[in-house]
Amino acid sequence: MNELLLGLADDELLIGWRDSEWTGIAPVLEEDVAFSSIAQNEIGHARAVYELLTDDADALAFDRPLDEYRCAPLVELRLLDWARTIARRWLYEVADEIRIAALMEDADARVAGLAAKIDREEAYHRMHAEMWRERLAGVPQFQAAVEELWPYALGVLPPPHREAFAARTGRAQVDAIERDMHTGELAELWNEMTLVRRSEPAGAQW
Amino acid sequence: MIWEIFRRERKGQPFEHAGSIAAPDAAFAESWAREQYGRRGESAALWLVPRDAIHIVDDWADEFELKYRRVDGYSIKARLKEARERAAARAR
Repeated sequence: MNELLLGLADDELLIGWRDSEWTGIAPVLEEDVAFSSIAQNEIGHARAVYELLTDDADALAFDRPLDEYRCAPLVELRLLDWARTIARRWLYEVADEIRIAALMEDADARVAGLAAKIDREEAYHRMHAEMWRERLAGVPQFQAAVEELWPYALGVLPPPHREAFAARTGRAQVDAIERDMHTGELAELWNEMTLVRRSEPAGAQW
Repeated sequence: MIWEIFRRERKGQPFEHAGSIAAPDAAFAESWAREQYGRRGESAALWLVPRDAIHIVDDWADEFELKYRRVDGYSIKARLKEARERAAARAR
């Protein structure tokens, strides 16, 4: 299994899941709709990438034991705090842009094609993240959140891409929180995410 | 700041008022309108107009009831019927 693609799909699934936790409680109604829609798009990207890797995207997404998830710790965190949520969205989108741009050059035409498709949708996510970043740039809670999440964000990308990431965000490279470990917050999320499928006998139709 | 959102369903069709959005600036209005009025593929294009930019006309004086100037002022049904009959007679 392509670990890079699996990591990408897991990241998209998890950030979609985490961001959807704002549905109904986002700071303004319009943002509630937009944020939920973006979260849904991310889960759609996850599905498309899982489908490149397997015939049964649901099984790959939900039937794995916890330690087989390849997501970056950044997307595991439960952040019901708007400044931290936006800091993560922004950092994630910048990292994702670098990662997707590299995949658009992939030798496998299916991968390159899917990456281009994802990128066209991500353009609006980036626009959304960037406008919020501009809005909150001067707010101390946001600056602290970016500071706190930066080592996590670096862990989204493999080392060769990190310099570009640091340059894009105007930050210095630090020790990254790598993908090879999971935060304590993943276990609870995994439990919630896989509950329905685990409660049904194998082969159930949805 | 309130933005009035106009939506065009398909190319060539008129823009119709879809609703309004409270957003601090054009970037927020665009981002939110895209998701609110476009995520289901229901719009080919949107117009985002600050409510303050709209010049509203909603008062009409018609003190002398000049009904003949209104679209529903008088019926042409009878005259149309007559004209049709005349044309039919001529064709015969």
